[in-house]
Amino acid sequence: MDLTASNLMVARGGVPVLEGVSFALAPGRALVLRGPNGAGKTTLLRTVAGLQPALQGEVTGAGERIAYAGHVDGLKTMLSVGENLDFWARVFGNSGIDAALVAFNLVALQDRMAGTLSAGQKRRLGLARLMVTGRSVWVLDEPTVSLDTDSVALFAGAVRAHLGQGGSALMATHIDLGIPEADVFDVAPYRAKPRAAVQDEAFL
Amino acid sequence: MIALLTRDLRLAVRAGGGFGLGLAFFLIVTVLVPFAVGPQTGLLTQIAPGVLWIGALLACLLSLDRIFALDWEDGSLDLLATAPLPMEGIVSVKALAHWITTGLPLVLAAPLLGVLLNLAGPGYLWLFVSLALGTPALSVIGTFGAALTVGLKRGGLLMSLLVLPLYVPTLIFGAEVARRGAEGLAVQTPLLMLAGISFGVTALLPFASAAVLRINLR
Repeated sequence: MDLTASNLMVARGGVPVLEGVSFALAPGRALVLRGPNGAGKTTLLRTVAGLQPALQGEVTGAGERIAYAGHVDGLKTMLSVGENLDFWARVFGNSGIDAALVAFNLVALQDRMAGTLSAGQKRRLGLARLMVTGRSVWVLDEPTVSLDTDSVALFAGAVRAHLGQGGSALMATHIDLGIPEADVFDVAPYRAKPRAAVQDEAFL
Repeated sequence: MIALLTRDLRLAVRAGGGFGLGLAFFLIVTVLVPFAVGPQTGLLTQIAPGVLWIGALLACLLSLDRIFALDWEDGSLDLLATAPLPMEGIVSVKALAHWITTGLPLVLAAPLLGVLLNLAGPGYLWLFVSLALGTPALSVIGTFGAALTVGLKRGGLLMSLLVLPLYVPTLIFGAEVARRGAEGLAVQTPLLMLAGISFGVTALLPFASAAVLRINLR
């Protein structure tokens, strides 16, 4: 089942940032969002993940198939690496975190408190969470922030393996991930025309 | 759901989790009141149920902003929102975890602290019963307040102002049960009202909390 966005208009803080966005993402494919800071990549990803509503247009094939990873990793500093990962596996109704630990080179860190990890190690743990969700569409917002080149390669390998199993990935990033088969989608041409903020939100 | 509950309980008892915060506050209030009021045992007996209830209520209030704020800051709330759990279930589990870590210790400690305030003999049972019935309402209402103010930095003041009026009915009927119990009067009417409030908010408020949480996550 494809993930499709049709004629999507998304807003940040009530101000439309992107409009007329349409794309389709087939199983086994990856789509990389590009665009300058503030272009609306994060807003678009949050809309696709269902965390905020679109002003116009619709997203199909999302919902319960999405595994979202944002700018922060959702880690509990007072839980160990294994406990953090195990928690997310159980929330998503899965068990078995070993494959994810191996894929992101976290086996040696399994019993360390997440609060004592370096920024790059935390990010790796945050990305390992995607593997234990068992969801088929990964929606990733700047997944490679604070990763070194080796870890980026680990991440690219995990994404490739995920695509190989029929999953798909939608990523916003500024760097070359080393996944040449990924399609690139530049959001810059879809910048919304300047207009007043939409004031029908209950809370702003 | 159970995974979320065990995680929250585990976090609460680890360092920095704030497990003893409410209990310590409750202890301090009930220890200090006799010093402030003076050694008049008759007066203490008279005010004991009310003071214990106010202490429990404020102790509950103290830890409310931790319910969602920490999960919001580290991004887990966004991730939970995309998880297969219904939002109503998430807020109910959060309220339950708050009650177990804050309300339940208060319920168990209150009869012991009643001794410090010279609580009348029959009052111990009714104080325990009224707190056991009333503190779940405090947690559920507080979860609603926490959900309303989740995105705000230092939202604690606003949350206190929003939540305190909602706490008033619980306080009135809860303290009334304890007072009447201590004086040996019939407790049925306020007890039924207190139970009604508790069950009512537990049944209805999670839906409201889930709705405001969804809006706040946008």
